[in-house]
Amino acid sequence: MSQSLVRFIVGGAIVSVFAIIGDVLKPKSFAGLFGAAPSVALATLALTIVSDGSSYAAMEGRSMMAGAIAFFIYASLVSRIMMRYKFRAILVTLCSVPVWLGVAAGLYYLAWVRS
Amino acid sequence: MRIQADLSTLRQTKWHDYAVRFLFGGLITALAGFIAKKFGPGIGGLFLAFPAIFPASATLIEKHEKEKKKSLGLKGVARGRNAASIDAAGSAMGSIGLFVFALVVWQFMPRDRAWIVLGGATVLWLGVSVAVWQIRKAL
Repeated sequence: MSQSLVRFIVGGAIVSVFAIIGDVLKPKSFAGLFGAAPSVALATLALTIVSDGSSYAAMEGRSMMAGAIAFFIYASLVSRIMMRYKFRAILVTLCSVPVWLGVAAGLYYLAWVRS
Repeated sequence: MRIQADLSTLRQTKWHDYAVRFLFGGLITALAGFIAKKFGPGIGGLFLAFPAIFPASATLIEKHEKEKKKSLGLKGVARGRNAASIDAAGSAMGSIGLFVFALVVWQFMPRDRAWIVLGGATVLWLGVSVAVWQIRKAL
């Protein structure tokens, strides 16, 4: 419980810092880079190194690559839908989350479970 | 367009907007830790690249752009949507940097000093993301 609380506070703080940096930067396409900042990864890996060691953290980094590819597809899809259709941002971003989950899970299965 | 920092946008953001992103960021980080404990680092690692605050940030950008246009007597719906779309395209470019971050962690973490690897991976994330953004802009 206390470890989860530490993760919550550290994660929330690091994510907020990157979000604020993204808020103040212009142009918007450049600020958007910070939407894909390794904020959750930094918080999680730092705490994982302390609790489980660097080899465990490296294994997380390995499958994070699949998550990053899924992020690329997710963000590209959201951008295209918002440019072409008249849907609100909250609707498009939330309804597209299953795409991230599907691609990440699919890549994980293909690259690590099947091989 | 040159890269600039506009601090006035911080005044446009309300305290609950910051709170929402802190909450989502904190929850996803705690969840990633829980998933790694329950299902192992393979599945847990996927969530290190989860678009944790992406929906909240895109919504905030859309709202800010709408408000700007409203103050000029316009609706600003299309402008808000376009701004959120451009931000998402930027995030797609940033995710290429995120991939490199993960690759560095995987390759160097077991044999090098952890804090140097994390710092180096973060610098590389920024470097690769900015390079991709500049290449995209030049095309």
